[in-house]
Amino acid sequence: MLEHDVLVVGAGLAGMRAALAAHQSGANVAIISKVHPVRSHSNAAQGGINAALTDRGDNWEDHAFDTIKGSDYLGDQDAIEYMCTEAGPELIDLEHMGVIFNRDDEGRLGTRAFGGQQRARTFFVADFTGQAILHVLYEQLMKADVRVYEEWFVLELIVEEGECCGVIAMEIATGSVFVIRAKSVILCTGGLGRLFEPSTNALIVTGDGIALAYQVGAPVMDMEMVQYHPTTLKGSGVLITEGARGEGAHLLNKDGERFMQRYAPNMMELASRDVVSRSEQTEIDEGRGIDGCVLLDCRHLGEDLIAERLSQILEIGMDFAGVDIRKEPIPIQPGMHYIMGGIKTDMDGRTIVPGLYAAGECANVSVHGGNRLGANSLLDTVVFGHRSGRHAADWANGKAYRDLNVDDYVDGKEKEFSDLFSRQTDERWSQIRLDLGKAMDRYMGVYRDEEGMQSLLAMLPGFRERFAQASLQDKGRVFNTDLIFTLELGFMLDCAESIVLGGIERKESRGAHSRTDYPNRDDENWLKHVLVTRTDDGPEVSQLPVTITKWQPEERKY
Amino acid sequence: MQITVSVRRYNPQDKETPSYWQEYSLEVEETSSVLDSLIKIREEEDGSLALRCSCRSAICGSCAMRINGHAKLACNTKVSDVAEDGGTIKVEPAGVMPVIKDLVVDQTLFWDKVKQVSPWLQPEGEEPEAEYLAPNSDMTHLAGVMACIMCGACVSDCTVLEMDPNFIGPAALAKAYRFAADPRDDQDASRLAALSEYGGVWDCTRCYECVEVCPKGVAPMDRIMALRDRAMEAGYTNNNGARHTDAFEASVSHSGRLNELTLPIKSFGVLNLPAQMSMAPVAIRALMRRKIPPIIHKSVPGVKNVRRLVESVKEEQQDEQAAG
Ligand SMILES: Cc1cc2nc3c(=O)[nH]c(=O)nc-3n(C[C@H](O)[C@H](O)[C@H](O)COP(=O)(O)OP(=O)(O)OC[C@H]3O[C@@H](n4cnc5c(N)ncnc54)[C@H](O)[C@@H]3O)c2cc1C
Ligand code: SF4
Ligand code: SF4
Ligand code: FES
Repeated sequence: MLEHDVLVVGAGLAGMRAALAAHQSGANVAIISKVHPVRSHSNAAQGGINAALTDRGDNWEDHAFDTIKGSDYLGDQDAIEYMCTEAGPELIDLEHMGVIFNRDDEGRLGTRAFGGQQRARTFFVADFTGQAILHVLYEQLMKADVRVYEEWFVLELIVEEGECCGVIAMEIATGSVFVIRAKSVILCTGGLGRLFEPSTNALIVTGDGIALAYQVGAPVMDMEMVQYHPTTLKGSGVLITEGARGEGAHLLNKDGERFMQRYAPNMMELASRDVVSRSEQTEIDEGRGIDGCVLLDCRHLGEDLIAERLSQILEIGMDFAGVDIRKEPIPIQPGMHYIMGGIKTDMDGRTIVPGLYAAGECANVSVHGGNRLGANSLLDTVVFGHRSGRHAADWANGKAYRDLNVDDYVDGKEKEFSDLFSRQTDERWSQIRLDLGKAMDRYMGVYRDEEGMQSLLAMLPGFRERFAQASLQDKGRVFNTDLIFTLELGFMLDCAESIVLGGIERKESRGAHSRTDYPNRDDENWLKHVLVTRTDDGPEVSQLPVTITKWQPEERKY
Repeated sequence: MQITVSVRRYNPQDKETPSYWQEYSLEVEETSSVLDSLIKIREEEDGSLALRCSCRSAICGSCAMRINGHAKLACNTKVSDVAEDGGTIKVEPAGVMPVIKDLVVDQTLFWDKVKQVSPWLQPEGEEPEAEYLAPNSDMTHLAGVMACIMCGACVSDCTVLEMDPNFIGPAALAKAYRFAADPRDDQDASRLAALSEYGGVWDCTRCYECVEVCPKGVAPMDRIMALRDRAMEAGYTNNNGARHTDAFEASVSHSGRLNELTLPIKSFGVLNLPAQMSMAPVAIRALMRRKIPPIIHKSVPGVKNVRRLVESVKEEQQDEQAAG
């Protein structure tokens, strides 16, 4: 029997930080991940990680205020306070573990400017900060000798008598199904980017954990808050980091005008992401774009700075757009990037299902609210990964393993698989996924309205029907990616449902949720979270007030 | 443009069929990557084709494979750079590591080697309250090594590893360098001692292959040379040392290690190409890298050949010595 006190699902920043914390608390912990830990999507984070270090004359309250304002006042302020006070110690921990942060002239950690913030408090490793941290956390995992179920795919959570007590999972290399018993399970499965087409996210980012929790009745919250990043490449959706604008790159329309001066005269290109993306979309919609894009101009930054600090962007520009950013501006457009919403948790990472925790992008403790600031996500993953790891270990401490009827679970899955393997239709995951992704991008993109969202909602049953018909071309069990993509599509459909329902429910414009039919923020009625919960009678939508400590909502100007 | 992708397929579940080549013809954009083409095949034509990929932007390290005989990331290799319109691209799994299915290899060996170098920071003394102070120049230098995405391309094509599984190999040694050169790490001595053993920094033949194939500019061979310098400075003088000679004499007969192959180069002199031509293709490959078309580049002699070669090298050496 495979069993662990704490089982962490996902080996990105959140998952590895959680596992290390649980390990340090003395728990027998394991990580399960559908890809090798260093292949996790956290490695895509280019720009950096925020922290207000007091010995730099910064303070956590300023960081908290920027975060709250950035969230369009939808973030829970108690959670934001915690994140911002823990940022310093957490950052220093990472440095002590071995992360090679860039330094200033005195050899201390150096910063760069990022959007939506009053001062430069983003710490970075060239332009591959996520990768640099991810690899160091994996080093620590090797050092601690934590068991990793590498390339194992979680299919389902096991909940008995209301408590989460393990997972059903498949070892990808063999296709065998196993039960892993656990006293507590922490979901750290990341976002759902591929539900949108195009997206900046990696192909593995398919909302699995959000759907897994949703399927066992844990509510998801503010799922309508989908971030479109201002600088992505057309077609592929590949991201150009905000670091580029942080280093001083300009946004130009087809007339060569720095159009941000009309939308955010103070912060210009470094206004919040939702603001910049909307401005770009407006330029494009009003005919001042080029071929659906505006231009990002790095030329004036100089070759040296580009080589030292934006080398990856230089590479990406060459490889994916055939543009040398040192010599010409690069066409970019807003593209789906991040989900602020997620599994509702408290500050300890707890969901409403006892024994089930969540942290990182799949979770929503609500530090990002309606719009996440650049470089706050990595911070979120380590701060709340750490805390949920500790609490999940506490929960497991002294608890006994539940007796599970393993064979029943395995046989049930095998039965589902044999049905799936025996289907003979022309329907395949790839076409459904593409159609779904395009529909999501069209109706849940930068601008939304009732009509669009309702038509999307009406399309979902059709997608589900096609999914129920989908058949496999690979009939073997060994490393069957055809099977994996099909299973992921099932998770995506659940996520889509909660996003659309959340969007229809929120009748205002706040953060990333911009409705042309309700163009204004409405604090009177909508200083609230929107929750979607799956029940036996279908999805149920409800609301919860936002937690406000000391920052009262103000008008948002950049 | 129109291309044909010829993929080396292998399915362990089909015991009858050994690995084979399968051709797919498809229309792709001029700017497409090889990965885009493989994804297109998988999504539109053949869902049974197995490969790893995720980020599409050379950062997750999933998609290293051999393209026209060289290890590359499929996602940052443009179709138009490896094929003409109407041409064929040959795609095979990465080398050295065993194949699980189609283009998916088992990377256990890769990670075991990484683990072998104790790849975590080991400072001594009391931890400072704030960050460790370190010069930015050191950190940016190390970032160049930390840029390694653990894709295994270098391991796939390392000329020593394909003969001698004991060699720690380019990626893991580059990782070791990252700690040895980190001003915060205090285990230099023990690290360098371990790396000076058999299988360590002295076993690299400097064939340059890893530098050529690395998609992130990590230049593992240069890091290995820097480790050698450090090891020498620290007193682990292994060059021409008796221990070294003994070790490779003893090991070569069973594993066919490549260090021996540098001997003909030394004994004939670097410029005496014709004489070297008579030696193993591997040695030529090491020496003439850029001058040889990929087709020859691919051929790999077995351990037996190496053994025979070693014998012939010894004989020639003896002849040479006898000749004075
Ligand atoms: C291009 C890009 C750039 C970014 N830049 C920044 C930045 O500069 N600063 C910043 O703060 N944030 C940035 N972000 C956001 C940030 O990278 C992510 O939000 C964050 O890394 C998410 O981390 P995570 O640990 O929650 O999940 P991930 O790193 O996505 O990890 C998810 C893990 O879950 C596993 N998993 C998922 N499903 C299953 C399953 N069914 N079974 C088993 N395992 C499963 C995966 O294998 C993986 O290990 C960026 C995002 C993108 C896309
Ligand atoms: S230079 Fe050394 S490490 Fe690199 S491929 Fe050649 S033998 Fe291997
Ligand atoms: S050194 Fe280069 S080729 Fe080798 S694993 Fe790292 S990135 Fe890949
Ligand atoms: S797909 Fe990530 S490196 Fe190629």
